Amino acid sequence: MKMNGAQIIWECLVREGVEIVFGITGGKVIPLYHELPAYPIHHITMRHEQAAAHAADGYARATGKVGVCIATSGPGATNLVTGLANAQMDSSPIVAITGQVASGDLGTDAFQEVDITGITMPITKHNCLITNVTELAQAIREAFHIARTGHPGAVLLDVTVDAQMGQCEFVYPEAVNLPGYKPHTRGNLRQVAQAAEMINQAKRPVLMVGRGVIVAHAQDELVELAEKAQIPVSTTLLGKSAIPESHPLSLGMGGMHGESYTNLAVQQADLIIGIGTRFDDRFTSAAHTFAPQAKIIHIDIDPAEIAKRVRVDLPIVGDALNVLRELVPLVKEAGHAEWIEIIDGWRSESHEHSRHWEEGEVLVPQYVVRSISELTQGDALMVSDVGQNQMWEAQYYIHNRFGGLISSGGLGTMGFALPASIGAQAGCPECTVWVVAGDGGLQMTIQELATIVQERLPIKIALLNNGYLGMVRQWQEFFFERNYCGTPILGPDFAKVAEAYGMAGITVCEKAQVGVALERAMQIDGPVLIDFRIEQEHNVFPMVPAGRPIDEMIRRPKQV
Amino acid sequence: MTLAKDYNNNSRRTLVVLMEDKPGVLSNVSNMFRRRNYNIESLTVGHSETPNISRMTVVVHASDTVLEQVIKQLYKLIHVTKVTDITDDDAVIRELALIRVHAISTSRAEIKQLVDIFRAQIIDVAHDSMTIEITGTEDKVDSLVEILRPFGIKELTRTGRVAMVRGGLAAGGRG
Repeated sequence: MKMNGAQIIWECLVREGVEIVFGITGGKVIPLYHELPAYPIHHITMRHEQAAAHAADGYARATGKVGVCIATSGPGATNLVTGLANAQMDSSPIVAITGQVASGDLGTDAFQEVDITGITMPITKHNCLITNVTELAQAIREAFHIARTGHPGAVLLDVTVDAQMGQCEFVYPEAVNLPGYKPHTRGNLRQVAQAAEMINQAKRPVLMVGRGVIVAHAQDELVELAEKAQIPVSTTLLGKSAIPESHPLSLGMGGMHGESYTNLAVQQADLIIGIGTRFDDRFTSAAHTFAPQAKIIHIDIDPAEIAKRVRVDLPIVGDALNVLRELVPLVKEAGHAEWIEIIDGWRSESHEHSRHWEEGEVLVPQYVVRSISELTQGDALMVSDVGQNQMWEAQYYIHNRFGGLISSGGLGTMGFALPASIGAQAGCPECTVWVVAGDGGLQMTIQELATIVQERLPIKIALLNNGYLGMVRQWQEFFFERNYCGTPILGPDFAKVAEAYGMAGITVCEKAQVGVALERAMQIDGPVLIDFRIEQEHNVFPMVPAGRPIDEMIRRPKQV
Repeated sequence: MTLAKDYNNNSRRTLVVLMEDKPGVLSNVSNMFRRRNYNIESLTVGHSETPNISRMTVVVHASDTVLEQVIKQLYKLIHVTKVTDITDDDAVIRELALIRVHAISTSRAEIKQLVDIFRAQIIDVAHDSMTIEITGTEDKVDSLVEILRPFGIKELTRTGRVAMVRGGLAAGGRG
C-alpha cells in the first residue's frame, strides 16, 4: 500500500503500541500532524517542548511502555535537549521525533534549521537523520527496539519535511537489522552460582537496588531473595518503590540523604549485592570510601556499568528478572538475626531524631509529605521534582506501590515533576497522581498547568514553598558562610495562579490546616494545587558532606 | 579502591574497532572519547575487507581499568560491531607520512642520501623543496622527521597508526 512519510510514521507508531504522544507542532511537522486525525493516537499538546520530553519520560516510567514526543525543527528540537538527557540518564525509554528542513536545504543554515542529531549524539542512546521516505519504517522499528531493550534510553529520529511528504510502498519491517546491538539478558550461570555461594557465606549482606529492578519487573523475585536469605534491602533514589517500604527488610534510600541506619548498614556490610544500579555518586559518595568491608556483587544489564565507579568482585551482566530467577533457587535460607538486630537498633535510635517535627507547631515539609503518605496509604503515584522537596518526598513518603515514585535522579532536572506527572496521569488514568515540588522547580515549567487543565487530568500538586532555591541555600548555610547569593526567590500567589489557569488552588500556612487541605484536594474531582508555606530555612537531614564516607552524616538535630 | 581515571599508570594501547558504515558513526566514536575524557593519541578510519563495515585503528593512553571502560563504551555505541585490543598481539603497525622539506641545489644530494637510508621515497621535487613519502613504524617516521628538521620542514602530514595482527586471525574474527 502506498503511503506518504507522515502516514508511515503514524502507522508504525500504532504498530508499536503507541496510544498517546506529547508534542508541539511547528513549521516542519505540519505534514506529520496533518495525517494524525486518521489514527487512534491521542496527542497531548504541551506548552513547551522540554515538557513534552518530560511527559513522554513520565509516561514511560509509569506504564513501562515507550514514551513518544514530537517537536518541530530548530528551537522545537533544541528545547527537547534537557528532556532527552534526563530520560537517557534515568534509563527511561522515549522516542523523540523532530521535523527537519527539506533535505535539499540541509547545511545551509535554513530558517529553523539546527543539527539536532549532532547536538543530541552524546545524550541519546541512538539517533538518526532520515531524508528519504523509504528509510522511515525501518528507522522507526529500530528506534523503538533500541529505546526499550537492553539498558533503556532516549532515541531521536530527525525527519526532513520532504521525507514526511514523499510517497512509497509501505512494508512493515519484519526484523531489525542491528548487527552491533545485542543486549546480554541472561546472566552467566557460573557467575550466578558464584554469587549464590557468596550470599550463602555472607554474615552481613545488604541488597542495593536500583531502577533496573523496576524496569525488569523483578519485584517479586527481589522480595523472594530478601526474605529467603533475610537480606536487608537498601535502594537508590530511583530504586525506591522496587520493594514495598513498609516491608520489615526495607531500609529505604541510602546515600547522601539516606537514613543513618541505611548508610551504617551499607558501610558495615560484608557483602553488597547491587542490582540494576550504576553505583551512582549520590549513593556511594567517594568511591574509595564506599562499603570498605564488603565484597561487591554487581548485577546489571549494561556491561559498561560494571566497575565504572566502584570495584566489583563478581559481575553478572543480565536482566535483573532473569538473573534473580536463576539466583533465588541457589540461595540457602538464612536468618541473619544478629545482623538485623544491629540494624534495627540503629533504626530505633534514628527514630529518636524524628520526634520534634511530629510534635512541634511549625509547618514543616516532613509533616506535609508524611500526611500525604498516610492519606494515600503509600499507594499514590508520586512524581517529585528536584532538590529539598525531592529528598523530603523520598524520606517521608512510604512507597508501597510498585514503581510508585517518578523522579529525576541522574540529571537532577528542576521543572521535571509537573510535565512528568502529565505523562504519568495520562498513562495511568486510574492512579492517584501527586506532584511534590518546590517553588523554584515548579516555576521552571509552570506553564504546563494549562495542559493539565485542558486535558482534565486530576493531578494533585503539593508545593513545598519556602521562597528559596532550598537545596543550594542549605549548602550555602553549611559550607559557604550562609552567603545566600542567588537563592532567595520571590514567587507569585500560587493558589491564584492555579485559579487563573482554571484549577483549584489552596494556600496552607499552618500545620493544623494540612489535613483539611489534603482531604479537600482528594475530594475535588480535578486538578488541585496546594501551596504549603513551609518553614523557610528548613534543612534536609541526614546529610553526608561531599566526598565523605556515607556513614559520616550530619544527623537530624534531636530538637529544634 | 577507586577506579577513577588513573593517568599515572597509563600506557599506549592500540584498538581495532569495526563499525557499520553509517552517517555520523565516526563522529559518534570520537565524541564518546571526548565526553568520557579518554586520551586519544591517533585515530584512523577506512574501509575494511567487508562491504559496509569500516575499520578504525585507535591509539589511546589508558590504564588497564580505563581501557576496559573504553572497550565497553565503544561496544555500547549501536553501530560498533567489534573491538579488539591488539596492543599485546604480534601485529604489523605502520604509519605513512608526507614531508615537504626545504631543499636547494646544495642540499638535495644529502637529503637524497638520508631518504635512501630510511628506504623512503622522493615523490616530488620543486626548485626550493622536495616532498618525501615514508611508510614505517612511528619510531622510524619520527627519526626521519628529526633528521630532516635541520634542513627546514615546510609541511608535514602523518596518517596515524594503522595496524593488523600477523598470521591467520582477523581482528573481527574472534570471540
